[in-house]
Amino acid sequence: MTDPAWIDAALVAARPRAVGALLRYFRELDLAEEAFQDACLKALQSWPVKGPPRDPAAWLIFVGRNAGVDGLRRRGRQTALPDEAALSDLDDVETPLAERLDGADYRDDVLRLMFVCCHPDLPATQQIALALRIVSGLSVRRIARAFLVGEAAMEQRITRAKARVAAAGLPFDTPGPLERAERLGVVLAMVYLVFNEGYSAPGGPDADCDDRAGLAGEAIRLGRLLLRLFPSEPEVMGLTSLMLLQQARAGARFADDGAVILLDDQDRSRWDRTAIAEGLALMDKALRHLRPGPYQVQAAIAGLHARAASAEATDWTGIERLYATLEIMQPSPVVTLNRAVAVMKARGPQEALAMIEPLGDRLSGYFYFFGLKGTLLAQLGRARDARAAYDQAIALADTPAQAAHIRDQIDGLRAAEP
Amino acid sequence: MQYAVLCYDREDVVSAWSKAEDEAVMARLGAVQERLAAQGRMGPVARLLPTTAATTVRKGAEPLILDGPFAETKEQLLGFYIIDCEDLEAAVAVAKDLAQASGSAGAYELRPVGYFRDWKAAE
Repeated sequence: MTDPAWIDAALVAARPRAVGALLRYFRELDLAEEAFQDACLKALQSWPVKGPPRDPAAWLIFVGRNAGVDGLRRRGRQTALPDEAALSDLDDVETPLAERLDGADYRDDVLRLMFVCCHPDLPATQQIALALRIVSGLSVRRIARAFLVGEAAMEQRITRAKARVAAAGLPFDTPGPLERAERLGVVLAMVYLVFNEGYSAPGGPDADCDDRAGLAGEAIRLGRLLLRLFPSEPEVMGLTSLMLLQQARAGARFADDGAVILLDDQDRSRWDRTAIAEGLALMDKALRHLRPGPYQVQAAIAGLHARAASAEATDWTGIERLYATLEIMQPSPVVTLNRAVAVMKARGPQEALAMIEPLGDRLSGYFYFFGLKGTLLAQLGRARDARAAYDQAIALADTPAQAAHIRDQIDGLRAAEP
Repeated sequence: MQYAVLCYDREDVVSAWSKAEDEAVMARLGAVQERLAAQGRMGPVARLLPTTAATTVRKGAEPLILDGPFAETKEQLLGFYIIDCEDLEAAVAVAKDLAQASGSAGAYELRPVGYFRDWKAAE
């Protein structure tokens, strides 16, 4: 009677809250995950017959808790879990439990679960893998495919990450406002890492590509989850807005042969207007708080691109001002490099070149630095210097598509020669 | 008699649908809409953006503006407007005017519309 697709989606959606609550109860990641799996199996038997519960997460937490306690008892483990009287029968659990589990519990449980995954001892790739496994519930196989490694290797990587997190001790205290804000900041950074892992991948007929591209959608789902838990945090709005506005361009970013299509050359009719509308609406809300932050500024930059009907109509002066703001909030040579692109578009190559020249030392291994330098020199008619910069860019290219793009630029230089 | 049909579902579940699943649901709904439109019984259809995009203006001497959806279950949905506004600021201003005019307690939730089609106007 209940649509199987609805049940699948409900289990996925309830996962962060249910595993988060079970982790608080059992204080052990593996146990919490196992208990959740058991609860899902019971849901697949019960929901199609009895209909879905009013609050699927509350149902899964309750059933998972019973399953976990049973499992512990079977193994004869002595534990200090609450006594049985606290756990009533399945049929009448839903309403009282849902009422006990208010938004604040959910919020801290999910935040703790995500925070555990981005433990500072773990390298970024392990943080992403752990979050995709524990919070999103993606199969090890899918995560392995997304990272282009074998399943066994990924299984080992996740097991090692879990062991490291367990050894470091899980944070079970209820965080104070300041600590909550700090944790949230770390979690937002992790969600953006997941997004970028997916966003940098070309979509296409290749299953591996789709796996990676799917990570961007997963990150947006996590952003929306955080927004529901923290409805008045402008940086959560900013990050989700930024991801939506970037993801809106996914369908126009790659040619059929996988080659990168630059922003200027993208077919804007292929941008996802609904995602843009949602991104702009979130940015609108964020701005009302008058508490700017780096994600909001980056979202505003993506927003100016999204609003431009054509590449020529882009408000480059506005974009340059936003990058200047970002430089103050989060100074980095890469931000300055991006600002120089806006300066080039708004005020010409001479000024942009002067801006990037001091960055040479710090960006001497950075593909985009030499790519932009070559373009600026070419625009100034210094073909020989441009050629030298482009050659350095090719040497630093990460992908064949990057190298091919620079080779096109070099061909353009030759064509311009008298 | 005309009826407003208001759609409720669990948003976290709906937003976990893949693009393909979402499109399949929309296509099935579209078929029902086409049938009603052919019979001349279809009014405007709007799909709202997620509640995370919502802003609420709570009525009062100085209206209170809150992030997120209106979730006070003691009050019931009594109707809705679709208004054309430049931005959220303008929409909040309209809601404040309405709040003042109504003079009662309650709230207006502002939800950006993600999709809009006026079947009557299209005829």
